[in-house]
Amino acid sequence: MGEVLERPAATGTVLPILDIQHVDKRFAFGAETITALSDATLRIGKGEFICLIGPSGCGKSTLLRMIAGFETVSSGALLMWGKPVSGPGPDRGMVFQDYGLFPWLTVSQNIAFGPVARGRPKAEAAAIARRFVEMVGLTRFAEAYPHQLSGGMKQRVAIARVLANDAEVVLMDEPFGALDAMTRERLQEDLLEIWARAKLSIIFVTHAIEEAIILADRVVVMSPGPGRIIADERIALPRPRDPTGVEFNALRRHLSGLLGSHH
Amino acid sequence: MTALAVRATASRQALLAVAAPVLGLLAWHVATSGPGYHLIPPPADVAVQWWDLAFGGVWDDLYSATLWTHAMASLGRVYGGFALAALVALPMGMLIGRIAVVRDLLDPSLQILRPIPVTAWLPLAMIVFGIGPRSAFFLVFLGAFYPFLLNTVFGVRSVEGRLFEAAAMLGVGRQAVFWKVVLPASLPSIFTGLRLGLGFAWVVIVVGEMTGVQTGLGAIIMEARQLSRTEIVISGMVTIGVLGFLSDRAVQLLGRRLLRWSPQHG
Ligand SMILES: Nc1ncnc2c1ncn2[C@@H]1O[C@H](COP(=O)(O)OP(=O)(O)OP(=O)(O)O)[C@@H](O)[C@H]1O
Ligand SMILES: [Mg+2]
Repeated sequence: MGEVLERPAATGTVLPILDIQHVDKRFAFGAETITALSDATLRIGKGEFICLIGPSGCGKSTLLRMIAGFETVSSGALLMWGKPVSGPGPDRGMVFQDYGLFPWLTVSQNIAFGPVARGRPKAEAAAIARRFVEMVGLTRFAEAYPHQLSGGMKQRVAIARVLANDAEVVLMDEPFGALDAMTRERLQEDLLEIWARAKLSIIFVTHAIEEAIILADRVVVMSPGPGRIIADERIALPRPRDPTGVEFNALRRHLSGLLGSHH
Repeated sequence: MTALAVRATASRQALLAVAAPVLGLLAWHVATSGPGYHLIPPPADVAVQWWDLAFGGVWDDLYSATLWTHAMASLGRVYGGFALAALVALPMGMLIGRIAVVRDLLDPSLQILRPIPVTAWLPLAMIVFGIGPRSAFFLVFLGAFYPFLLNTVFGVRSVEGRLFEAAAMLGVGRQAVFWKVVLPASLPSIFTGLRLGLGFAWVVIVVGEMTGVQTGLGAIIMEARQLSRTEIVISGMVTIGVLGFLSDRAVQLLGRRLLRWSPQHG
């Protein structure tokens, strides 16, 4: 769309890719109003890897869905490259926990779905699909249908699908929650590699503190009733990170303290 | 499983599948071939009659070698009525499923009309369309219409919300979402409707052809009954059974090709 080129260079400071300013989200629940998110403020730079952690019901999914454009903000501003987000779009790709793959399309057709939908020529879309099928290591399964894949493979397809569509921001809502520990570790490594290579900005929701520390540049901690952001911790450890290391464990203790004190 | 075991299972299945009809035929033969029973002819007589009906050369009467004419007439009505039902029910079901105004407008009326059995439409059809093939055609249309419509509506309405989100986030616009998501996602249900509708079309055809049409399998069955040609009655029934079975098989094969992606169909 050429948006990256016309990105305005703000005076002196770098424009954040996502700028979330005092955002509230209220849901009507029968006669009541539920405040799912209160006064959320967060700036995310291009290429940053953010992990969102917090107890159930603190508004993590709600925040992610507002960034994706599936929900509107009740008050405050949600800007991407300085422009208000007004609906879903290919610049922000969502990876759902339940995958959300199209069951009638093969792996490569699922991955080509975005480019085809946006009117790319057939041959070009096919070439894009081939590239990303290979990137996520599913070449042998390119012609398989989703019901023939394991959970980890489906999640790879879901990731490839948003990458193939030139997403700059990838939103992931507990994407590895349903996977076994080994598959999860493999996908974490692969995700970090893809993130670094494609210069993505990632917002990754997880319940697991360890996962957050392994992945993130910054861990954003939220607390419920109403959902708020209570901490924003920078993880300065070099990658790959060793979960048995001293600093890693100090961070783990620190973050679980933050989570525990706000229950 | 080894190839040998697979083949053994398959042949066992085939054996069991023919076992029941063979036993049935045997029982039929034993019960009817003795002296003193005349209501139902034994299977051998029916087989001879069927042969004459299909190819002639046995009795050489009014019915000899007419089976194809009657079968083609019935087939034409079944598929014609069915195609017309599909043509109306498919777009209507899509609209009812997708657009609230259309649903509120049509759904109550359709729900009230639905419980009326197709056979109850017969007299009205004869009044409107007269005694003849058009009434039969109309009944087949009606019989195929509801299963097709209801399954289409169901399919369209039960598309997972997540898929709409996925499509929107990948850049599919409001118009394209119908072709890109709604139609393929509801294909399995539409297909179920198609199969049920075709089945109903075969059920209704005999009733429809009792409205005084000259040709058709239903017509000869009724006519033969009046002439006490019970062999012809049964030959007609068998033919309807076989044709219905074959057309269901064809639809199933088509479904397997089209719905390879669906764990329930593939
Ligand atoms: N569509 C909705 N209508 C009404 N309330 C909603 C809706 N969506 C979310 N909520 C409420 O908003 C709050 C935050 O929900 P959200 O799903 O964002 O939490 P979460 O942090 O993702 O929790 P979890 O870790 O369990 O996924 C909850 O109290 C929930 O009941
Ligand atoms: Mg959630």
